[in-house]
Amino acid sequence: MTGTKLKELFLKGPFGLTMTSVLLGFLVGAIVLLIAGFNPLEAYWAILKGICSKPKYVSYVIIYSTPLIITGLSVAFALRTGLFNIGAEGQFIVGAMTAAMAGYFIQVPMLLHVPLCLFLAMSAGAVWGGLAGHIKARFGVHEVITTIMLNWIALYLSNWSLTLKSFGKQGTGKSYMFQETARVDLFGQWKITEAGIEFIRSHKVLGDILKSPVNLGIIFALLFAFLMWYILNKTTLGYELRAVGFNPDAAEYGGINVKRSIITSMSIAGSLAGAAGALQVMGVSHKVAKLAIMEGYGFDGIAVALIGNNTGPGSVFAGFLFGALKYGGSKIQDAVGAPTEVISIVVGTIILFIAMPKLIQVILKSRRG
Amino acid sequence: MEPVIQDLGFIIGTTLMYSTPLIFTSLGGVITERSGIINIGLEGMMYFGAFAGAAVAYFTQNPWLGLLCAALGGAFWGLIHAIACVSFSAEQIVSGIAINFLGAGSALFISRLLFDGATQTLTVARKIPQPLDFLFGEGKMFASSGFMDLVFNRFATVYLAFFLVFVVWFVLYKTKLGMRVRAVGENPEAANTLGISVIRIRYGAVIMSGFFAGLGGAAMSIAVVSRFSNTLISGHGFIALAAMIFGKWKPQGALIACLLFGAAKGFEIFLGSKGVPVAGDILAMLPYVLTLIILVGFVGKTTAPAAIGKIFDKGDHS
Repeated sequence: MTGTKLKELFLKGPFGLTMTSVLLGFLVGAIVLLIAGFNPLEAYWAILKGICSKPKYVSYVIIYSTPLIITGLSVAFALRTGLFNIGAEGQFIVGAMTAAMAGYFIQVPMLLHVPLCLFLAMSAGAVWGGLAGHIKARFGVHEVITTIMLNWIALYLSNWSLTLKSFGKQGTGKSYMFQETARVDLFGQWKITEAGIEFIRSHKVLGDILKSPVNLGIIFALLFAFLMWYILNKTTLGYELRAVGFNPDAAEYGGINVKRSIITSMSIAGSLAGAAGALQVMGVSHKVAKLAIMEGYGFDGIAVALIGNNTGPGSVFAGFLFGALKYGGSKIQDAVGAPTEVISIVVGTIILFIAMPKLIQVILKSRRG
Repeated sequence: MEPVIQDLGFIIGTTLMYSTPLIFTSLGGVITERSGIINIGLEGMMYFGAFAGAAVAYFTQNPWLGLLCAALGGAFWGLIHAIACVSFSAEQIVSGIAINFLGAGSALFISRLLFDGATQTLTVARKIPQPLDFLFGEGKMFASSGFMDLVFNRFATVYLAFFLVFVVWFVLYKTKLGMRVRAVGENPEAANTLGISVIRIRYGAVIMSGFFAGLGGAAMSIAVVSRFSNTLISGHGFIALAAMIFGKWKPQGALIACLLFGAAKGFEIFLGSKGVPVAGDILAMLPYVLTLIILVGFVGKTTAPAAIGKIFDKGDHS
């Protein structure tokens, strides 16, 4: 009985679709590597080793995954209301900029400083996302075009802020490093004391982990994922937002304020992407730098949301998958000489198959028959 | 020559140069969306075209062959998008996002194989020529760096882009084929009933959009600059997409929107070269702010083709 149930889940449910797509993604990646003259098994083995052969690597994977999980949640949240948040990139940028400013200018104790930074950054992200939502609700302009515009405005705004003498270190293209009290790294200061250096040298596993910029970001990411699941599935607000995503006309008929839902959804999505930017600054970089091009956290978040089937837990899974591939993939160049970008091909293929449930079902059925 | 006039020529010339890649790509957007298929993968197609154009132009020393291969490369990803969206009823935006990863990823993958592990090509020996120089000899037609020279002595791709705006407009509005494309984008069921092959029209339109996006990429990599690098196309495909929507899904509208984005770039470069103490970042931001304002104030909704993004399944209707 359970066997058939599992089969059902795999054949009809989103889980089977995702898993089949992931497998096909790696298969296509392997074929591409083979054609290019590399041994795909060697290349994938190098990625796997690059992910988990050292405690430090695992730690780096978590650090890489953190912003991707949160921007993934942002895109996923909006998608559940039927909105396509291409703007996670820009919301990330304003979040990072705001956090960097709050971390540099405001002087309060740590217990206040960290939540304050995060709150301000999330508010900035919420404004950025909410603006796109408002324009959609009020004027009917598609959120895809407004968020694309807002991404660029965010990028130039952030770059402009660095030209301000009080915020940007002139001539370096970077902002001033912000204060200790706004950071969420673990043992950041202690690591450079003598005791810290001694500890890292003498403890094999923990010391190795501490060589990476360990921070609390992942805790926040998991917390956000839980909150998203809770809001969407256990609250009236979540029910309304999902109803609008499912069928806006029916939702309107059922007495749900569709316009308000659109604005709310985009604001929450924006605040999440803003938090991702803030945590990246508070945990890893401690400053913002001039952006020549988009960094891609928001765009990668779209991939994460799609692979994760637009759910909280799914985004966590997909974020870790993407983060691991990104970090592990950066090593195959040295290990086997194969281009790192095979990762983009794998991820792109996974998404392409996820876009085509019809094809996947045909494949699964033919295998069964 | 009056310096003011010369400056004006410089600005117009730079505007034209930077608008061109956007115009090609934006036209591609018009074609596909008019047939009812959203193509958010323009960025990836443009990215791949920019690489293919520069790589082929480098190895063959023939910029025209580069331009053609760029278009064909873009068309290949158009074909993939068409297979997904038309034959397998894919979510069009999701498929487009996939194309963006695949187009950029495969371009960089091949680049690393061909150019010794680098994510950029080497400089091409010959860029797309400037027809006036080619026809009359350098500086013969107009005095060098004069107004006329700055405005009209441009790369062939600039002329080609303007010509194609006319062609796309003509085909869409004045020919049977164009009428069919528009019919399919507005009401595929009715078009199907009238005996138009929705599937064939959409395949053609999506592949053509890739073709145009590929041209756009090459117009960047072998005309505006002389090589491909991994940061060259960062976001231009998305700007072209926005320009198409801004231009109300019309070729002539897209042209104007692209010129606006190009003009902002032109001013930015001009003021930068003069050392004018204007915040370049604020200036660069302006066209995007302006687009938002115009969209909110003047364009609004209801201009998109009616059947856009909707899955057409022949079996359900006939």
